[in-house]
Amino acid sequence: MIRIPQSIYDDMLVHAQEGFPLEVCGILGGVGDTVSASYRMTNTDASNEHFMMEPKEQFAVVKELRAKGLDMLGIYHSHPETPARPSEEDIKLALTPDVSYLIISLADAVKPDLKSFKINSGIVQHEVIKVIV
Amino acid sequence: MKISINGKETVIAENPERTVDSLLEELDVSQRLYVTVELNGEILDRPEYETTPVNEGDVIEFLYFMGGGA
Repeated sequence: MIRIPQSIYDDMLVHAQEGFPLEVCGILGGVGDTVSASYRMTNTDASNEHFMMEPKEQFAVVKELRAKGLDMLGIYHSHPETPARPSEEDIKLALTPDVSYLIISLADAVKPDLKSFKINSGIVQHEVIKVIV
Repeated sequence: MKISINGKETVIAENPERTVDSLLEELDVSQRLYVTVELNGEILDRPEYETTPVNEGDVIEFLYFMGGGA
């Protein structure tokens, strides 16, 4: 399970909607299973089918998390037109250990869908999201 | 010698032939083709991993590509 404050949960949805029709991406930080920080990242692919984070931004966020005593807990991205499930490419590039992979689907424009997964060595497991205040 | 790896001070054996690439191998970093390395604040190009030596006091950060599809 991953616990996400309502404000951060909502911001991920807004980020995905603001970025539509392109994919957006970001990093979640926190302690244990509880998220307390989120970072909107640049999708250097600027694509509606792919995302790739900008390395300098990645290093900056990792260092900031470390300075705040937080861990990287999650990596999120949007699927503008496809369901909230990891694609083959998502699974192949799920290389960062011990993080949650969150996907926001805008396939239903009226009702965005946000799901979280653990992906290890190609094995995908759905993870419960608990929205907290 | 002392270096910093992902924010942790680390002592490693002296080895004048050690490169960034061989250090990642020593650290058992898997899928190294998908790793980005920052050495003393500068991001290295992938071909430089095998030619860049690791020196006393170096500050090394590495992380995996973060990307995907739809």
